[in-house]
This record gives sequence, C-alpha cells and structure tokens, in this order.
Amino acid sequence: MKVHEYQGKEIFRRFGVAVLEGHLATTVDDAVAAARKIGKYPVVVKAQIHAGGRGKGGGVKLAKTEDEVRAHAKAILGMQLVTHQTGPKGQKVRKLFIEAGCNIARELYLGLLLDRESSRLTFIASNEGGMEIEKVAEETPEKLLKVQVDPATGLSPFQVRQMGYFLKLDGPAMKSAMKFLPALYKAYGEMDCTLVEINPLVVTKEGELVALDAKVNFDDNALYRHPDVEEMRDPDEEDAKENEAKKYDLSYISLDGNVGCMVNGAGLAMATMDAIKFFGGAPANFLDVGGGATQDKVTAAFKIILSDPNVKAVLVNIFGGIAKCDVIAGGVVGAAKEVGLKVPLVVRLEGTNVDLGRKILKDSGLPITSAEGVRDAAEKVVKAAASA
Amino acid sequence: MAIMVNKDTRVIVQGITGDAGSFHAKQMVAYGTKLVGGVTPNKGGTFFNADKANIPIFNTVRDAVKETGAQATVVYVPPQFAGDAILEAVDAGLDLVVTITEGIPVMDMVKVKRAMAGSKTRLLGPNCPGVITPDECKIGIMPGHIHKRGHVGVVSRSGTLTYEAVHQLTQLGIGQSTCVGIGGDPVNGTDFVDVLKMFNEDPDTNAVIMIGEIGGNAEIRGAEYIKKHMKKPVAGFIAGRTAPPGRRMGHAGAIVSGGKDTADHKVRVLTEAGVKIAPTPADMGTTLKSML
Repeated sequence: MKVHEYQGKEIFRRFGVAVLEGHLATTVDDAVAAARKIGKYPVVVKAQIHAGGRGKGGGVKLAKTEDEVRAHAKAILGMQLVTHQTGPKGQKVRKLFIEAGCNIARELYLGLLLDRESSRLTFIASNEGGMEIEKVAEETPEKLLKVQVDPATGLSPFQVRQMGYFLKLDGPAMKSAMKFLPALYKAYGEMDCTLVEINPLVVTKEGELVALDAKVNFDDNALYRHPDVEEMRDPDEEDAKENEAKKYDLSYISLDGNVGCMVNGAGLAMATMDAIKFFGGAPANFLDVGGGATQDKVTAAFKIILSDPNVKAVLVNIFGGIAKCDVIAGGVVGAAKEVGLKVPLVVRLEGTNVDLGRKILKDSGLPITSAEGVRDAAEKVVKAAASA
Repeated sequence: MAIMVNKDTRVIVQGITGDAGSFHAKQMVAYGTKLVGGVTPNKGGTFFNADKANIPIFNTVRDAVKETGAQATVVYVPPQFAGDAILEAVDAGLDLVVTITEGIPVMDMVKVKRAMAGSKTRLLGPNCPGVITPDECKIGIMPGHIHKRGHVGVVSRSGTLTYEAVHQLTQLGIGQSTCVGIGGDPVNGTDFVDVLKMFNEDPDTNAVIMIGEIGGNAEIRGAEYIKKHMKKPVAGFIAGRTAPPGRRMGHAGAIVSGGKDTADHKVRVLTEAGVKIAPTPADMGTTLKSML
C-alpha cells in the first residue's frame, strides 16, 4: 500500500526520523493558513499524489511570500499533474503539503528495502541525491553503497559509520546520522514497510540530516496489525475497481486491453495474460480469484471485469487445486445471469471436479464457449474480442 | 528415488482442524501419503477422521514428533500465526516444513529465516502448493490425479502454473519424478538452485522443467547454476511478460522493480544458460518433450 509524502513523514516523525515542519492543505485558504503557522519564508508548496517526479512535473514550488503561496496553491490544486510515473493522463491534485524551507548544503539519496537474495533489509545510500536512482545503479553502481542489516542484531553503529563516511558526513552530520538511520530502520520494521525512499535526504548548513521527501510503501499482508496505516488509504489515488476487488479478497489490476481475464493463481493469471498477448490480443486486467474461491467471490470478480467498458470478451481460465471447478462454474453461471452477459465468454476448466464444472456450464443454457487448454482458450477469446 | 519426499515420509499437518487443513489432510490420505498426525493447540488427544483412518491430534509439534516419528510437516495455519508455526516445526527438529499459507507478512519471514540459519530443517514455501512424488507422497494442495510417475523434475514459483505444466506432461505421456513448488513470496526457504541441485543429483530424474516469473533474481541464480553444473536438459517458462512495472501481480514477490527482474531479461539469461524457453504457457510440455 502506498501513502502520500505527508503521511510518510507523519510516520517518520513518530519514530524520530528528522523532517521539517509541514501542514496538509486541501484549499488555497488552508495553504495560506499553513504558511502563517510555519511563520517563516520561504515555504514549499508540494502537490500530494502517490506518483514520484512531482517536482519536474511542476507540482512543487518555492514561495517567498504569502501572495506566492496563494498563487502556487491556486495553480497546483486541481491540476492534472503529469510525471513519468502517472502516465500521460496524469493525476488530479487534491491535497497540498505546505512545508518549511531549510538551508540545504548537500542532497543525498537513501533507500531501505528488502534484499531478496539475502532475505535482509538493505540500506542503499548515495551522494547522488535528487537523481533517478535506477539510472545511478545502472550506469555508475560504484556510487551506491549497500548495507545489509542482520535482523538478529539490528542496525549496528559500525554500519551507520560505514554509510556516514561513504556519504562524506562530517562531525555534526555524522552525529545526526547516528540518530537518523537507526530511527528509520526501526520505523521500517515496526510499521511493516516494503520500501522507504528518501530522495533527497539533505544535509543542512547547520549539519543536520533531514528527510526532504518520503516515499513509504507498506506490506498489504501486515495491514491487519496497523489499523492506523489502513486509515491513511486514499481512494482517490487508487483504482476504484481494484479497491472493490480487495473487498472480496480478489487480486485485481486494471490494464489497457480489451480481453477480461479471470484466473485462479497469480502465476497462471500472468501466464494467461502473456498467452493472450502472444496470440495478438491485449489483456484488460490481471485477476486472481485465489485459492479459496467461493461462489460469492467469483460473482464479484465477474461483475468487476464486466464493469470495465473496454472489455470486449472474457476468458475464464481455471486449474483447480484448492479451487474446485464446480464452484467456479456455479459462480460464473450465477454472475453471468445476474449481470447479463453482453460479451462473448470463453471458459477453460481443468482439475478438481472438472466434469461437474463443465456440466454446470453446459446445462446453464448460456452462450459459453468451452476451450481445451490454454492455447485454445487464448486463441478463441482473442478472436472473439477482435470480432466484437 | 525422487527428491525430498517418498512413500516412507512420515507427515504431520499443522492446522489440521481448520478448513483448508482438514480438506487437504483428507486429500493427502486419499492419495496415499503417510499422514501420521496433526497439530492444533487445545485439541490434543482427539482424532481427525480421514478416509476411515483415525489420525491423532497433538497440542504441540514436539509431542507429535515424539509420538509419531514424523519427518515432515505441512503448515495450513492462518498468516498471522504461520511464522510461529514454522518456528515450532524447526524447534521440533523436522527435516521438511512445507508452508502453504499465503499472506505472511514479509517482516515475519525475515525473522523466521534468520532464526532458521544453521538448523537442519528445510523450509519449502511459504505461499506454495507443496511437493509431490507421484504415486508415493503428496504434501500440499495440488490435485493428485493429474500427476504421473516418471522422470521429469518440476520446480516452480507458482501453484496453478505448475499444475498446468504437469497436466501437459501427463497428457504427453511423460511422468514426473518430483514436483516442487517453491512459492511466490519474496522471502522463501527453498530456491531454484536448491531444487535444481537435488534434481541434478537424483538418478530418477532425467530432465527438468523450471517455471519462474517476474520479480527478484532467483531465476538468474538458477541460470548460473544450470550453466555451470547441470547435466540434464532444462525447459523453462517465465510468467509476466505483459505485467506492468511497479505493480504486484498477486504473488507478493511478483513485481518488476528494477531493470533486471523483468520476464524478458530472465528469458534471455536462461536461454544463454542453455534452457529452452516455452513461448507460451501452452507449450511447456512440448518444449520439454523436444529436449528428451
């Protein structure tokens, strides 16, 4: 789960990771009030959307006076902010973060994430602040320092020093790092993050380390123990269909194509999308109905797929392990009858209770095309979508 | 021979009285797995009835191991308790812990994996379908009837995609030595390299199908092993060529985050290592057959 910068910084503040004073604003008047509360110029007016690259897209502006705060807030609120992460349509700005300025001496990069090979949390530090870190990793990997943390000991002081010297931190800044880095490590673990990225992390002229940005992602599987994080969810930043799917414990992702897919198992769901593409079609979504597929879940999945106006045909591809084919078939028939089937439906069933499942489909009286195997299914559905 | 499990493997089920645990315990018994016990706290001393067999239930894994001589366990415990269940199995000294549970928090697994360092226990999963040696032992949730005894090893990060591969092989008359699901989570116990090594050394395995997906570099490390050490032909498939970057495709570990964990990159590296990649998921069986 993703949150806004201002929410990430709330978490930082809670754990003692240094951030600047800042306030949320949803109107121009709020923004001005926030600047008055900070009481010192310049302040920074920052668009709050989940995508990165906000500065380059014109969503982050420096204001030296109250009039400038008003002008920037007016310009940014409600704009369609386009960045390299939003796609060409951009994302509407509904919230601003008004933040105090600071005396920047240097800009650094700091990331914390799981290294899958070692199964340990790993800091990534670089002197190249503000840059696209993927680019640095690709072109000049020697400019990155990776430090793996043993979960049994936590972040050790020597590791903080390693990063500190690599980042060329001097006396007061090194002292600041001794507090900043362990606090960040603690926040990551205790809040069940999956990514923390601070770009830029700044060294102020006063020798303090401060997180100027905060990109914080959380582990969806651990949200049950963080109701406060769940409350930070911003439905405006998420796909409505994806949120609807979550209510039914379905894993759904919107895509641009016109072939709706319902599959059990994430691997088979991805492979089914790949097959549709291979045979000349384009998948409209990823949808994994999961292991314990009940009739309710299947019905919900079906409704979500059909609510996408781009969908010209639907492919159901089920290989029953935990999921039983008769349950899936019952759900498909029930949903198709309930919502009214207006597009061609191709169904491929295999596995546990397959004969029972096929019989339910056949006896339903619905115009369902049966398929044998993934190739047959993908070819049939691509053809159906093309001629629809 | 086969790998990991055979007809003599004595198995217990952790979470045997839950919905998934009881359903699959029955399926395992019906398949012929030597299921010798179950564990559910506070249900010790009662019995689980499966296919006319009365299977004793214990309060702790230690009790179960002491009384039944179990060597392997399968974990069907809900995600918030699953990390603890794995640690309990490790503490009891089992050889193999197969964890089916999906949705265990990553931080839990980071700690569990660290705690397992130096133990003799092998963890398979989490978020995996399990392991099966056809006609001998099924530990997990795969539909047993699609398998056929034979000499192809199957190793995969995905459940249903494994069934797909197995089904295709069986349809072609090609049997399997052992099929292993390593799971779709970013932190897991057993990797491609571990299983490839076992298949390489198993006289009963003549060829291998390896099924990977986007995210992480387990396939890349697998490719390095294959290039250097593999004596047997390997066919492969990588799922997620159409997956958009930055989105988690169902499996917690299936996400393109850097430039090197894409399906295309993995296909390229595996091909260079001599693995023949199936162009679509429908061609996994025929691709392997062409290498025999």
